[in-house]
Amino acid sequence: MATVDTTVETPVDPDTRLSARILRVLGRTPIHIVLVLIAIFWLIPTTGLFITSLLTPSDAAQGGWWTFVTKPSTWTLENYANMFDNEGITHALWVTVLVTIGATIVPILVAALAAYALAWIEFPGRDWLFLLVVGLLLVPIQMALIPIFRLYNNLNLFDTVPGLILFHSAFALPFAIFLLRNFFVGIPRDLMEAARIDGASEWRLFFKVVLPLGLPAIASLAILQVLFVWNDLLVGLVLAQQNQPIAPAIAGQLRQFGSNLDVLAPASFFSAIIPLTIFALFQRYFVQGLLAGSVK
Amino acid sequence: MSSTGVRVEFPAGEAPPPPPKASLLRRSLLPLSFLGPALLLLGVWVIYPMVATMYRSLFNDRGTEFVWFDNYELIFTEERLQTALKNNALWVLIVPAAVTAVGLIFAVLTERIVWSTAFKISVFMPLAISLFAVGVIWRIMYQQDPDRGAVNAGIAAIKGEFGSEGVLSQASPSTDDLEGSIAQGFEQKQAVQPGDEALLGLTAIRVPEIPEDAVQAVQPEPLQGGITGVVWRDFTPGGRGTEGEVDRGELGIPGATVELRDSSGDTVDDAKTEPDGTFAFEDVEDGEYRVAVASTTFAAPFKGVNWLGEDLITPSIMFAFIWVNAGFAMVITAAGLASIPRDTLEAARTDGASEWQVFRRITIPLLAPVLTVVFVTQIIGVLKLFDLILSIAPGSTQDDAATLAFVQWQVSFSGQNRFGLGSAIATFILILFIPFLIVNIRRFRADTT
Repeated sequence: MATVDTTVETPVDPDTRLSARILRVLGRTPIHIVLVLIAIFWLIPTTGLFITSLLTPSDAAQGGWWTFVTKPSTWTLENYANMFDNEGITHALWVTVLVTIGATIVPILVAALAAYALAWIEFPGRDWLFLLVVGLLLVPIQMALIPIFRLYNNLNLFDTVPGLILFHSAFALPFAIFLLRNFFVGIPRDLMEAARIDGASEWRLFFKVVLPLGLPAIASLAILQVLFVWNDLLVGLVLAQQNQPIAPAIAGQLRQFGSNLDVLAPASFFSAIIPLTIFALFQRYFVQGLLAGSVK
Repeated sequence: MSSTGVRVEFPAGEAPPPPPKASLLRRSLLPLSFLGPALLLLGVWVIYPMVATMYRSLFNDRGTEFVWFDNYELIFTEERLQTALKNNALWVLIVPAAVTAVGLIFAVLTERIVWSTAFKISVFMPLAISLFAVGVIWRIMYQQDPDRGAVNAGIAAIKGEFGSEGVLSQASPSTDDLEGSIAQGFEQKQAVQPGDEALLGLTAIRVPEIPEDAVQAVQPEPLQGGITGVVWRDFTPGGRGTEGEVDRGELGIPGATVELRDSSGDTVDDAKTEPDGTFAFEDVEDGEYRVAVASTTFAAPFKGVNWLGEDLITPSIMFAFIWVNAGFAMVITAAGLASIPRDTLEAARTDGASEWQVFRRITIPLLAPVLTVVFVTQIIGVLKLFDLILSIAPGSTQDDAATLAFVQWQVSFSGQNRFGLGSAIATFILILFIPFLIVNIRRFRADTT
């Protein structure tokens, strides 16, 4: 009897399943509505910047940006065209690109080398050295600004792209070394031993085994570092003047906020496009990096 | 090549032999060649400046005189630094807890939602934008004029919805028949009785404030056992009208609140005017009454909250900071939630625990380590906060919004060149980090052993 019963009940009636699902979805409708409202609320400010950046100064003076959301005919790329004619801003964007590229490649390469030594080469004081790196994780940038500002003036590194790259690289190192060392330690010992027995030199091991295996961690690190350097305000403000990256370059414009929104809004939004694109494309690595680095 | 041959001959399972003595030099050179670049960068750009800043903090601003801890004393005595200390304390007390809580709520709400990825991207996105652009974004949002700043526009819309906004901001009586002010309302001097009409003429009205639905005012019809009347703009463009009478070309004031007050001055009834300005009180008991245009008619229009003024600047910046960092807290917390074993939760549910009990007694304790990480990360971020202050606070309220990191930059680099004080503030921030440093190192040691 029991077996008969179960065989009868096992095939699920699609109708009851569907209705049960609909009921379940309906039961959760309030949560869905709340979440939609929160998401809209969270997107409004950025939308405001975007719409503002598309308005001519005379339109922007007419009323709030939200009155133009439904009038796409008033939108214009004029402000962006003017921005690209503004040599100050294009130069700042170019500096930002150079500094970001340099200050991402240099620290990752340097940190990968150091992390390899800390993970796989035996030498006295290794653990103490790693402890030092963990300690340096928390040194705030403010601790270095004044001495480096003076040092750069003497070394002619003030207001130069290499000066900015070196500063960002050094301050990225503790975190990069920490993250990569922890990742490299996880590489199976057998794999490393096998390669060593095959006679591979440490350099060969580093380039042929460890670096390729470490790519996911390196990708996370690169994303975080690109965003960090691209978005930096303080370092560029203090250590550069004519060759400032975009954020410090337009910071000066904030003093006349209101009258110059046609310059501020497009420059701010355009400067956000690169990090937003990178975030959209490599979201997974971004999140992984944050998870790995939430000790910082 | 020969070494390869030698190694192959070792029996399997045995460790490789100690390297030959000839390679001792190589053995110490090897780690150095890997570590060298990192040590150079860390030495010159992090360790040397750190020591130099600590040393410099003991000298006066020009660096000519050793002053012991005078600069540190200034941190607690100089006015703008006292403000900064107070602000930093407020930030630490409010913001990390708020960010953690919002992140937890979002993570829990989205846990079993199909489209949670879309939600998470919306909330997470601000984290990718520079804090400087975030500043510009919120400067646009916080503009005071409700026609320009979206935050105040939202408040104005809510206020309008609940009808607390008046029709006019100013007006005065057109004749001596009325007395009072816009704060008390304008009341008739002469009492009226049921069956009478009340003519409440107003002038000195700002033209843009006349409601759009206003039409030609109408002389009210008398009503048996009731009091009728009209509130109108007693002013004929061109000036040919008679004061106190409803003339052609004079508009009624719709939406005005009219009160019926009895002989002791108590309001016994109220009414709203029609587009032609007329109103009516029906079934009024016999007696003497005065009709008044109520003061709520003249409630001042909403001028907008001054979010960037000295009183609200810090809460305003805090809100922007939470807007940025809630996504971070949400993602980290969601990862923590995902790692909680389903079985534990299901077991509690089958034992009859309510959802709230499960959340309170099981989820939260299991999430505690993750929430701590989020909380500590936010404290560190708050103590270093600089960008948002510079980009949101206008020059006039920058000092009211200042944090330690902001004053550090201000006294050192905005033309003041007070390097002694700047070094002391930087060192002070580092000292505030020491507890977290100790926790980090302890955790690392626990991890390795």
